[in-house]
Amino acid sequence: MAGAAPVPGDSFADGPFAGEPASASAAGAATPAPPTRRGVELVLVVLAVAIAAYGYADVGSNMDGKVPSDTLRYGLGLGALALLGHLSIRWRARYADPLLLPIAVLLNGLGLVVIYRLDRSTPNDSTAPTQLLWSTIGVGLFIAVVLLLRDYRVLQRYAYVLALVTLLLMIVPIFLPAVYGAKIWIKIGSLSFQPGEIAKIALAIFFASYLARHRDALALTGRRVWRLELPRGRNLGPIVLIWLVSAAILFLEQDLGTLLIFFGLFLVMLYVATGRIGWIAVGLVLVGLAVVPVALWEPHVHVRFVDWLDPMRTIRLGQGPSQLAQSMFAFAAGGLLGTGLGLGHSYLIGFAMKSDWILATFGEEIGLVGLAALFLLYAIVVVRGFRTGRLLRDPFGRLLAIGLSVLLALQVFVVAGGVTDLIPLTGMTMPFLAQGGSSLVTNWILIALLVKLSDAARRPDPPVPQLITPPPGTDAAGLATSRGAGGGGGDGDPEEETQGVPRV
Amino acid sequence: MTRDGAKRRARSGGPERSGPPPGAVRLSLSRTGRRAGLFCLVLILLLLANATRLQVFQAKSLDDNAANRRNVIARYSQPRGDILVAGQPVTGSKKTGGTLAYQRTYTDGALYAPVTGFSSQTYGNTLLEGVEDAILSGQDSRLSTHAVWDEISRAQVPGGNVFTTINPKAQRAAFQGLGGKRGAVAAIEPATGRILALASTPSYDPNGITGVGQATVADWTRLNADTTQPMLNRALRQTYPPGSTFKVVTLAAALQNGLYSGIDVPTNSPDPYTPKDTDHALTNESASDACTNATLNYALQVSCNTVFGKAGVDVGAQNMVKMAEAFGFNQSNQTIPVGVARSNFDTDLTSEAFLALSSIGQYDTAATPLEMAQVAAAVADNGTLMRPRLLDKVTRSDGTTVQSFGNSRFGQPVSADVAAQIQQAMVNVVNSGTGTNAQIPGAIVGGKTGTAQNGVGNSGTPYAWFISYAKPSASAASPVAVAVVIEDSNANRADISGGGLAAPIAKAVMQAVLSG
Repeated sequence: MAGAAPVPGDSFADGPFAGEPASASAAGAATPAPPTRRGVELVLVVLAVAIAAYGYADVGSNMDGKVPSDTLRYGLGLGALALLGHLSIRWRARYADPLLLPIAVLLNGLGLVVIYRLDRSTPNDSTAPTQLLWSTIGVGLFIAVVLLLRDYRVLQRYAYVLALVTLLLMIVPIFLPAVYGAKIWIKIGSLSFQPGEIAKIALAIFFASYLARHRDALALTGRRVWRLELPRGRNLGPIVLIWLVSAAILFLEQDLGTLLIFFGLFLVMLYVATGRIGWIAVGLVLVGLAVVPVALWEPHVHVRFVDWLDPMRTIRLGQGPSQLAQSMFAFAAGGLLGTGLGLGHSYLIGFAMKSDWILATFGEEIGLVGLAALFLLYAIVVVRGFRTGRLLRDPFGRLLAIGLSVLLALQVFVVAGGVTDLIPLTGMTMPFLAQGGSSLVTNWILIALLVKLSDAARRPDPPVPQLITPPPGTDAAGLATSRGAGGGGGDGDPEEETQGVPRV
Repeated sequence: MTRDGAKRRARSGGPERSGPPPGAVRLSLSRTGRRAGLFCLVLILLLLANATRLQVFQAKSLDDNAANRRNVIARYSQPRGDILVAGQPVTGSKKTGGTLAYQRTYTDGALYAPVTGFSSQTYGNTLLEGVEDAILSGQDSRLSTHAVWDEISRAQVPGGNVFTTINPKAQRAAFQGLGGKRGAVAAIEPATGRILALASTPSYDPNGITGVGQATVADWTRLNADTTQPMLNRALRQTYPPGSTFKVVTLAAALQNGLYSGIDVPTNSPDPYTPKDTDHALTNESASDACTNATLNYALQVSCNTVFGKAGVDVGAQNMVKMAEAFGFNQSNQTIPVGVARSNFDTDLTSEAFLALSSIGQYDTAATPLEMAQVAAAVADNGTLMRPRLLDKVTRSDGTTVQSFGNSRFGQPVSADVAAQIQQAMVNVVNSGTGTNAQIPGAIVGGKTGTAQNGVGNSGTPYAWFISYAKPSASAASPVAVAVVIEDSNANRADISGGGLAAPIAKAVMQAVLSG
């Protein structure tokens, strides 16, 4: 049923994308392979490591008057991780977008620098080593995804499995003791993990898979209620159900940030798949109706709302500045150029200064200029993700690339907006920058998936034997999938090629 | 084809219809994807705009928010400039290891507390630490030699130094002379107005309250609960009835206004003297003194209340106010640059009885020790009163001068001729009157004792006063004028007289200055 036949009048018939080089879609065996851009990536990776190492040295020279003796070790360590990532891309994703890895390395490296810097202000709480361990794990998983995920379309088959496993993982913390007042953690030894983080990616995959399969039915059929065209229950039901269950879990766990991101991801992907802006409006209204009573009467959330509307309230009441006020003070103190690394006083924020509030330290110590650069880096990844989506030809790949990009953008918006008093604070971690293993690992996987998607998007069409020959042990379905990726031609609607992928 | 068209078609197909109706259209992924991408970019642009709001447009008001500790942290992030006495710092800074990196220290806290005040991370800054805070903390714009660059680079300007006029020997003599008594000393260099000593006892060690934390709070609480008020600067901030020392002012008024042609002509003074509008007769401390129609010289020598009470009345309230104000009374905003309490001589006296009492330093007449030192200084400086000042200069940390403080003339309360006669009378007091305890061999000392009444119905212990000046020789300029007050002494009442308790302290201070 899903897109069973080419839809007459589908605007996609006018070619994949206006203005896109034809090589992406119409390439034949004779077309020369596009440049891999791996050299560019290597140069950028080295640059990213150099900037991070400079930041590390700068913290030391600003705080102690001398460059830390282990600067070289830090640079080499980060460089080794980055190089391994780069080599894995060279090996298994050689046409990947060359900007993704360097940006992830730079953000992760800067995050480590600032966490190290904040460690210096909190002598009893040294977190940089743990974050370095998580960075290693993150890059390890990045490499694993790049090497082991031969074709991203395999994911479409496991969408429901991924969704269910994730839901289970999310339920588990409810039965575990609360950490920092929220039941969102699984603690193993000294490492704690938030399954809600990795659930974001699983959910993006699930949404992409489901919507790719059902988007025609969702968009084109339904029943009319009053002036609104509603989809049929059997089409929208499963996805709404999964979303509602995860939302309910997050609500019970009081993980409102993740809830907000799930909701935003759901709406944006639903819109991208169906083009029904009216549904989005309805969804927003419904959620608005649900949020108001929660904001008014749920004390935990109510405080966040009141703080958002009037961040200086606690000062007037003589209770001292709230964390949000302290964060705003930090941004203000940074001004245009910042105080310089190590020279600010963002530690006044106190609790969670290295995780939820880490952006305030960036704001104070590298200023608006530095912050704009950070936002630009995120924007580049997002834009590159969307570009990958445009270049890909199968709806699942397109929706997944867009979904992952949206996921990153929403994380950035919800966190940065929260700590700068743009939206109510929800308590989330800034991708790559913030202390927190789950978030870091999750975002490295996100980048790995974008790398694989961009590789598939730019990869020339003719089947290169050594690239598609599966290693022993790969199942037939995987092989079929690989062929599907390599095949296809310029004729027909490229979106419809997903039919080659086996269904769950 | 439009989406509306698609909708229309879908509707006509009926709700039960399965599968897309013919001709139905959905937006392509490329178009919706592009819109979603734009949406994401708008989100990030919103973040940037909002960050600009915080970091540019609201930055100033957030920086200045009283709850923002950055200003405090910045203030204490570097050693505070020093306050110097005779070129030697009497303050310092030490590293705290805490958020507020540097804390004030005092080398000789109790001795100089009435000069320096304190600089506390918890309780703010007082006295010189307060009024010169901008210099000491490095925030004064004059300290920066590259203002624009410092602003851009956020370089912190080191605190400047404050050079006082205090003479350490005189200060120490005053402090030690006061000892365990409650009292104060102010000493001035008459020709310049430079303040040589400002002592107040009991004093306190400001080192205990410069930091933060429990010990600081405990020390502060203890000092404030102390009934002896150790943090009160009695030399500048406390006024006392000046008693007989005020007779110098009345003497000046009598001579300057021509009431009597000189200090050696007999005055027209009964003993006891009863002003017109009262039944209460003004008497003298000792009945044996020959105060009836005594000369002003003799009246000052033995401190006749009757002579000076009547002289004040005869000169008239208006002239008495004029003379008192010429000596510095009734100034509301005197700064040296530390603020000084207002010394009072009533300006609305209509009763002769009260005018008589006021003229002998009683009733509402009240003076700080500094004010009475000014009276002595003006006499010593041949009638010219210089504005007292505590500072010579403030400098940058590298020693270059930011501001020099020059001498400034306050006025000329009496002519040089009259001043000479008052000097003669004051010298007489020391040589053969109530002030013999202040005699310094080889030097010429003029002074006046005072024993002021205190409390309701004079039930309290009197204040013992002594004001004086010294000259190394008759023709030389006087290098020091001093005022001493002792309050609530434990000595028995008969012993309390300016000559007995206060004069030796004044003598010690003058000797300290004379010995160079």
